[in-house]
Amino acid sequence: MNSAGAIGIEHYLTVGAILFVLGVLGIFLNRKNVIVILMAVELILLAVNINLVAFSAFMQDLVGQVFAMLVLTVAAAEAAIGLAILVIYFRGHGSIAVDDINRMKG
Amino acid sequence: MIQAIAFYFFATIVVGAAVMTIMSKNPVHSVLWLIMAFFNAAGLMVLVGAEFIAMLLVIVYVGAVAVLFLFVVMMLDIDFAAMRAGFSRNAPLGLAVAAVLLAELLLAAGAYSAGGIQLGTPDGSAVQAVEVSNIEALGALLYGRYILLFEIAGIILLVAMIGAIVLTFQAPKPGARARQDVDKQTRRRPEDATVMKNPEIGQGVDL
Repeated sequence: MNSAGAIGIEHYLTVGAILFVLGVLGIFLNRKNVIVILMAVELILLAVNINLVAFSAFMQDLVGQVFAMLVLTVAAAEAAIGLAILVIYFRGHGSIAVDDINRMKG
Repeated sequence: MIQAIAFYFFATIVVGAAVMTIMSKNPVHSVLWLIMAFFNAAGLMVLVGAEFIAMLLVIVYVGAVAVLFLFVVMMLDIDFAAMRAGFSRNAPLGLAVAAVLLAELLLAAGAYSAGGIQLGTPDGSAVQAVEVSNIEALGALLYGRYILLFEIAGIILLVAMIGAIVLTFQAPKPGARARQDVDKQTRRRPEDATVMKNPEIGQGVDL
């Protein structure tokens, strides 16, 4: 069974790594568009979940999946709050370009 | 063998959908590609026997988060073409960072799988105890040892819900529009609203 075609944990880790990198790349490429930045963050969290589930499955320890659920919860909360902030910002300024959000000069 | 085919199928599509998510010109297309990525990630998780997380991914991400994104993208009237102005300018730096990050992660994964630590199953096939299903085992863990974590997750969701409502709630402006007053409507009695008149023939009625 341990042939060249068998799927091991390194396959899953590679997919997780590629997804994580794509998420980071998305943040860099779409510097002006907050919505796509939020989507890229979702991709990063998805990569984290894939890693957690993969380790949980291959080490036969279900705690990883419990933590994946917590990550899922935090991702949902983050999306809700982020989009709510986006909506009120758009209401006040008529724009969501990241370059315009500099009132605090941070 | 079929597992390998399924894995490569899901993995290819999830990576391709992620690429399209960050490269699409139209954010609506980005959201749709994101949904595609989540579906295929759920497929990857089913392959290793984590059915519950996979279903949760479909329900929470596709059913709630992605639809939320879709609503916001469509509600905001934004010139997305102007937002892509810095796309090519940021590309070299972004690609450099991505290359370094990917090299690091693959190095870490390679070192992990090549190391002397014996973790996981040798053939990567067996995934979990066979007596109980994934959901049963997860439930026993979640409602037992990790009950605090479960409740914290609930509190996080509650805070997020209250936060989102507080942030976006707009109190109705006085006099903006006639509003329905249910209390006033139900307190209305027939004798307040109608009168009996018995007019003489040929005479009108004074109201």
